[in-house]
Amino acid sequence: MAQMTMIQAITNALQTELKNDENVLVFGEDVGVNGGVFRATEGLQKEFGEDRVFDTPLAESGIGGLAVGLSLTGFRPVMEIQFFGFVFEVFDSLAAQLSRQYFRSGGTKTAPVVIRSPFGGGVHTPELHADNLEGLVAQTPGLKVVIPSNPYDAKGLLISAIRDNDPVVYLEHMKLYRSFREEVPEEEYTVEIGKAAVKQEGTDLSIITYGAMVQESMKAAEQLSKDGHSVEVIDLRTVQPLDIDTIIGSVEKTGRVLVVQEAQKQAGIGANVVSEISERAILSLEAPIGRVSAPDTCYPFTQAENVWLPNVNDIVTEAKKVLEF
Amino acid sequence: MAVKKKAGFDAVSVLNEIESKFEVVQVLDLDGNVVNEDLMPDLSDEQLVELMTRMVWTRVLDQRSVALNRQGRLGFYAPTAGQEASQLASSYALEQQDYILPGYRDVPQLIWQGLPLTKAFLWSRGHFVGSQMPENVRALAPQIIIGAQYVQTAGVALGLKKRGEQAVAITYTGDGGSSQGDFYEGINFASAFKAPAIFVIQNNNYAISTPRSKQTGAKTLAQKAVAVGIPGIVVDGMDALAVYAVTKEARDRAIAGEGPTLIETMTYRYGPHTMAGDDPTRYRTSDEDAEWVKKDPLVRFRKFLEAKGLWNEEKENEIIEKAKEDIKAAIKEADATPKQTVSQLAELMYSGEMPQNLKEQYEIFKEKESK
Repeated sequence: MAQMTMIQAITNALQTELKNDENVLVFGEDVGVNGGVFRATEGLQKEFGEDRVFDTPLAESGIGGLAVGLSLTGFRPVMEIQFFGFVFEVFDSLAAQLSRQYFRSGGTKTAPVVIRSPFGGGVHTPELHADNLEGLVAQTPGLKVVIPSNPYDAKGLLISAIRDNDPVVYLEHMKLYRSFREEVPEEEYTVEIGKAAVKQEGTDLSIITYGAMVQESMKAAEQLSKDGHSVEVIDLRTVQPLDIDTIIGSVEKTGRVLVVQEAQKQAGIGANVVSEISERAILSLEAPIGRVSAPDTCYPFTQAENVWLPNVNDIVTEAKKVLEF
Repeated sequence: MAVKKKAGFDAVSVLNEIESKFEVVQVLDLDGNVVNEDLMPDLSDEQLVELMTRMVWTRVLDQRSVALNRQGRLGFYAPTAGQEASQLASSYALEQQDYILPGYRDVPQLIWQGLPLTKAFLWSRGHFVGSQMPENVRALAPQIIIGAQYVQTAGVALGLKKRGEQAVAITYTGDGGSSQGDFYEGINFASAFKAPAIFVIQNNNYAISTPRSKQTGAKTLAQKAVAVGIPGIVVDGMDALAVYAVTKEARDRAIAGEGPTLIETMTYRYGPHTMAGDDPTRYRTSDEDAEWVKKDPLVRFRKFLEAKGLWNEEKENEIIEKAKEDIKAAIKEADATPKQTVSQLAELMYSGEMPQNLKEQYEIFKEKESK
């Protein structure tokens, strides 16, 4: 075991899979000799060579096309989009090509591709770096969307994503990259895609969340416990497909739900969680499902992040409304 | 203020000089005479006949496909008549191990690489079986997103290079497609990685109703290769031997590790853009059509072969009859293909386990389908 930050856990997962499978290729803008703009691929080119870990021209769409083509020749591409705000440039490759490769070939061609990309607010990035755009890819049949919230999950989920024979979008929250360390096994292990984690058990309220909002929700749960509320916190880990069983099991137990996301209310995947609960567990609900999300504006100018991003106080306030309904 | 007369740098003459380098490569003139002996490809008599056979067969396929579409027995169809030299002489320069990434008009190349005609018809109708390439055909189903095949080709070519294979990736787009970002990114990536790719622009003068002149101010489309530092060639796309020669050369260079080539074939589609209601008389003149009919790739190549004693009317009629029979049999087989079900489509979403949402829907449709 070693103490790792999330970014170290990611590097460790990439290293593990580069070692395990010679078909794994890591490429993107500045991921080679530079080791990535966040050092996620630090040392990998040196260890595995330019054939395995390489830089590309500055063109996201080209990178997506490269991933499609390389997957057709039997490789397992792990492509990086430097910031997920740049996904619009490569949206065709993701949502119209990779996602459909198995389908449109009548099941004769797979797309074992991982799309790694940082996102998320709170670190004062310039425009279109921090936007929460997971909702866009979560709406695309054929894609799986994974968002780890801690170093342990980050490694296990990334290894699973790379081994998955279908395309996986793997989103890395920038604020979580180095915000804390955690025990991460040095050896390989996997965390199953599509399975949520119950971060804390409780009986009065289920908070269902993902990404950087997991920590905020845990803080909120702690505050609420001081008032005698027992809160269950569920980290979705995979936002598409949802772990319906874990979500519904929790709701049936607590009868009250708060769905928390960093994305704008009209975006993200919160509405999907709400509708699944409405369809499957409405008779268990003792209050309307509460939601915490960002305002429906464009992602804020840097200096307005602190008043715009959802935080622990928003969660506590909304949780109380649900608890006291 | 007076305009300064003498510029320090004559950018216009630089442009003119570059553009003047892109002359149309030709082997056969309109009467089937060899006008460029140096470029004459090294093809045996049998190969010459085979190439002509493919072109004639494919012309019949186009005629029949248009008719079958009008009868409602085919779905999406993008006519190919006029482009036989461009499509079939280029693909004739390929080997079986080469990878084809076709556009939506490039079904003939797939057929001659080994895609059964029945499947080509099923693709037209919208049936998943039509997209299942046989194992010996390294190809994708025709690409609908114009330009996507270009960036993907860079990836396939890099993959072939990494595998150390003696093979190339070839792709096709039209003149309109050369305006797409993915067109540029594709050729640029292939250049940067020195990947074994052949990029073909089939310039048939129109992107639906928009003439080539409205796509760009560039004098040729092949010169776009200059932007990424790879060779570009303009070829008479109605001249089978010229198209074959330049494609073969591009393949040889690619296999030798010298990187990609961009080929612009000057060609024409006699029919509409697609059979989905496009009416070319709205934007093309009959004079223009007549001008290109004179350049018909079949006529020119036929004259060349007849002069060599390799072709005659009887032989051509045999091919025509054979094509009609092949088509009839394939349509019949397509008709007999079982209908698609939603549960089958669900099975085609993930190669691995179905996620829970899909699995639930799968069960619902399985139940419906069992009734």
